[in-house]
Amino acid sequence: MAEAGVWSTYFYPLFLTVGYILAIVVPLMLVLAFITYFERKVWAAIQLRKGPNVVGPFGLLQPVADGIKCLFKETIVPAGANRALFVMAPMVTFSLGLIGWAVIPFDEHLVLADLNVGLLYLFAVSSLGVYGIIIAGWASNSKYAFLGALRSAAQMVSYEVSIGFVLVTVLLCVGSLNLNDIVEAQRGLWFFIPLFPMFVIYIVSALAETNRTPFDLPEAEGELVAGYQVEYSSMTWLLFMMGEYANIVLLSGLSVILFLGGWLPPFHVEPLTSVPGVVWFLLKTAVVVFIFTWTRATLPRYRYDQLMRLGWKVFLPASLAMVVIVAGALHAFDWLPR
Amino acid sequence: MAAPGVEREVAMPAIEQTVRSLLLTELAVGLGVTFKQIFKRKATLNYPYEKGMLSPRFRGEHALRRYPNGEERCIACKLCEAICPAQAITIEAEPREDGSRRTTRYDIDMVKCIYCGFCQEACPVDAIVEGPNFEFAAETREELLYNKEKLLDNGDRWEREIAANLSAEAPYR
Repeated sequence: MAEAGVWSTYFYPLFLTVGYILAIVVPLMLVLAFITYFERKVWAAIQLRKGPNVVGPFGLLQPVADGIKCLFKETIVPAGANRALFVMAPMVTFSLGLIGWAVIPFDEHLVLADLNVGLLYLFAVSSLGVYGIIIAGWASNSKYAFLGALRSAAQMVSYEVSIGFVLVTVLLCVGSLNLNDIVEAQRGLWFFIPLFPMFVIYIVSALAETNRTPFDLPEAEGELVAGYQVEYSSMTWLLFMMGEYANIVLLSGLSVILFLGGWLPPFHVEPLTSVPGVVWFLLKTAVVVFIFTWTRATLPRYRYDQLMRLGWKVFLPASLAMVVIVAGALHAFDWLPR
Repeated sequence: MAAPGVEREVAMPAIEQTVRSLLLTELAVGLGVTFKQIFKRKATLNYPYEKGMLSPRFRGEHALRRYPNGEERCIACKLCEAICPAQAITIEAEPREDGSRRTTRYDIDMVKCIYCGFCQEACPVDAIVEGPNFEFAAETREELLYNKEKLLDNGDRWEREIAANLSAEAPYR
């Protein structure tokens, strides 16, 4: 009986949780691999090219080929580098990109951890992302890596502030930090319509947060070679890229939850409501990922001082003002959530 | 101060500029431009399977041609060797048993060659020509030191294309 007790109270939930985690992480890794393919196809289409089309049908096996290439390359650790930290940094980035998914609801109550403070948890996880970069830059013992890491860190910290205020406005309108509740609150009207300025600020800040064009200064080849990634090769580099893409998809998914009604269909009419919520969620996330890719194919890179000016002198006051305006409107018209 | 009458570009009123930058109009227009590209015809050529047009004057890999009866055209006048600015051509000649003057050695160092096409312009009998082939990359240097046998072989292989190009260019020569 005692053994059965240990089984049912300890091992069974453990295996169940591991199963859930695998059910999220394995498809996520596949998605990350194919997002690289999707991006290259989109950039190619915008630049009047065809993109990868040789490996497999329509080039669909290109990410597999890229992965194998990275696996079989040599991992070079520079002589002056701090070995332990050097290898740890990409792992930190990658695992931080993955753990955020624990609280993302794919459908009604289809979520690994239904936290009451889901939004706060996500904010904490994305803030921790700076550590992977700082550690990488420092441990590489190279001036380019170090300068690149400083830039990325400063950039991520700056834009996190305005993302924070965006989250505050959303949670003012919802009255809960639980991501399920946030989606439920949008049953009538998706938040990107009343909070459109915040949606724009969120998307732009998310671009800066994930170090994407037009804010991909850490990757400014002309000055910094590849920023904090200069010294990385093969699997360690691959982990950085996977972490970066995991972050991009995570922030896209978060924007879907905050502004685009999560798993809810656009209109509550019959053929749309019978489509499973997961499909809606993934479809919307794909659209936001497309927007990320599209901007990268369109915009040139910001100068560093312009980036800082936009973050601190435009986005911070604007988002702060919006917090005040939204709070005032909610109070004045008595729209506050009970 | 701009000259009178040239002052067309008036600075945008501050209000208009503010509104424009707040509404991100330029950003939206730019994104629209790139979005339209997606539906345009692709410029990509699937290279090994599709190839681009080549002019009849294209100067590619060299070839030594023959007359239709199989006799080699080259008469060992060495004009090509003389004009070659890269000095890539080496010719040695001797009278053959039937008394005609022929080359015993005709080498082109394809590594030295600059593909200027002077050799084919100098040739009085259209023997040495630069054909339309540009895919003759090799793995070693030695493979690019062409001898007479290799050049004649090229001539046999590409005769049809070379003859067509020469006849297309005939009115201009």
